[in-house]
Amino acid sequence: MLFLNKDNFQRDVFLGLLVWLILIMFYFIFPDPGIHDIIQKVFILGLFAMSLNILIGYLGLIAFGHAAFFASGAYTLGLFLQSDFVSNLASFSIPVAMLLAVLVSGILATLIGAICIRLKDIYFSFLTLAFQMLIYSIILALVNITGGDQGLMGGFPKPPFLGINLGKPFDFYAFTIFISIITIVILRQIIESPFGYGLRMIRDNSERPAALGFSNQKHKLIAFIIAGSIAGLAGSLQALLDVGAYPEWAFWSKSAEPLFMILLGGMHSFLGPLMGALIFEILNDFVTANTRYYGLVLGLVILCFVLGLKKGLLDWILIKFNRK
Amino acid sequence: MEIFALLDCIISPACLLSQAAGGLKIGMLLFLVASGLTLVFGVLGVINFAHGALYMLGAYFSWQIMSITGHFGLSVILGALGVGIFGLLFERILISRVYNADLLVQILLCYSVVLILDDLVMIIWGDEFLSSVGVPEVFQVPPLFIFDAIIPPFHLAIISMSFIVGLILWFIMTKTRFGRLVRAAAVNPKMLEALGININLLRACVFMLGSFLAGLGGALAASVGSVVSGMGNSIIIESFIVTVIGGMGSISGAFLASLIIGMARSFGAVAMPLFTDGLMFLIMVLVLVLRPQGLMGNKK
Repeated sequence: MLFLNKDNFQRDVFLGLLVWLILIMFYFIFPDPGIHDIIQKVFILGLFAMSLNILIGYLGLIAFGHAAFFASGAYTLGLFLQSDFVSNLASFSIPVAMLLAVLVSGILATLIGAICIRLKDIYFSFLTLAFQMLIYSIILALVNITGGDQGLMGGFPKPPFLGINLGKPFDFYAFTIFISIITIVILRQIIESPFGYGLRMIRDNSERPAALGFSNQKHKLIAFIIAGSIAGLAGSLQALLDVGAYPEWAFWSKSAEPLFMILLGGMHSFLGPLMGALIFEILNDFVTANTRYYGLVLGLVILCFVLGLKKGLLDWILIKFNRK
Repeated sequence: MEIFALLDCIISPACLLSQAAGGLKIGMLLFLVASGLTLVFGVLGVINFAHGALYMLGAYFSWQIMSITGHFGLSVILGALGVGIFGLLFERILISRVYNADLLVQILLCYSVVLILDDLVMIIWGDEFLSSVGVPEVFQVPPLFIFDAIIPPFHLAIISMSFIVGLILWFIMTKTRFGRLVRAAAVNPKMLEALGININLLRACVFMLGSFLAGLGGALAASVGSVVSGMGNSIIIESFIVTVIGGMGSISGAFLASLIIGMARSFGAVAMPLFTDGLMFLIMVLVLVLRPQGLMGNKK
């Protein structure tokens, strides 16, 4: 199959489960809720950053409106869980709402992506930014539905399903990490498949694949849809965590966050953005505990990476390691 | 959407005129800032994400100078000049290192400077809103009534001042040797270098001019609104919109686009108060889809 690369699939599944089990043991070894919070946020934001890196790292498209899909996932989940239609499903309501969140984000990504991929370079970036801000404005304008600038008010029920009660911290922790790891394993398959190599080919030389009868636009659109759907999934997890959704998640500065993570972790290694999310969250936790001037520190760190290291940490480590 | 409110406004001379004047004020202030952004992009090829932070710096500088000297004109000019000098250092120390880097690196470098400056002004001036510098005494007169439309004279002053700055900019770019060099640098910097022009000096000058314009916009904004950290974060997006609609690198395009956005904001506030910002982004999307090079831009 075009999207599957069987060789490493079993290995990846095994590694993924192993990491999941280790993190579950970690939960009991370190009972500090602060640490649990950081780990689950790293996975949520890591998914968000990894989805963006499909476009940036593998396709070379600097999308600057990725938070649109994060927010659409969050709002879709929240609104459906508040609606009678989904909450009547009782124990199935959360899985259904999450599926709908991914689906709606995927449809949104199809519509926006189909228009955006016609443009190149900076024009592509600006169009994604414009669409994202348009969605931000729509969220603010539809006060009756979205709660406007207050965010989605009133919370929503989180009924247990399959014995998982997301109201409990441990269930949420295990569930979020499990979903994230599954998604990462699937994403790995996509990236290592012929389709994934097609993306790299378009990035490195867009004329050559076109000359070989390769449909660049189709590949770009599919990548855009996958990226948008995963961002929507990350948004829905974030909404479950916060029991709400906020318009700032659709603001342009939210799109800058995954860019930072990609920069910090590295865009040329598969898990780079996840590592970036880890650095970002640890930095966030450490700095906000010690000073009010979070932006100042983050800005200086980014400056060091941009001008000093010139690549993400994981990229740098892998290059060092391979040389030896 | 309140389409009848808009119709009512258009057929009433008082409303039409005051909204138009309001739109002109917004548009012309925006033009000051956006023209700097588009100039820098046109010549240096860098998307200066920190342009809004320079605007904020202009507001703080002029507030500070005003509180020391109490002279309005001095505070605006020195504030803008201060930002120009700051921009020169910014270009020499940081931006000049990433001219050949890819877009992502340039964006992140500029954005890190935004984060740093937003916090620095809080450290220096505190995180409270600073009340506006205030309108100079000459303009502290009752507003003009033209066809019953209320028009503050200071707004007219801002409009005419921005207009004059635009004219000066146009004159510099089209009639002077410096302007010709700048336009040549936008087309073929290597050839210019081969002809013995110091391209680094030219770039630094252009960046300084762009920063000066951002600072001027900020200094004028400080006279009508409050000064606060992060105030550049909305103007930068509006400047991007203007730059894209007008055509990236085109100053005349920025002028036209500023007018369009100013009017869209002013009349949009009447027609759909909750979706005024959305209207701007809608225009941006439409221009990018139908005419990606912008209204006055050249197709590459």
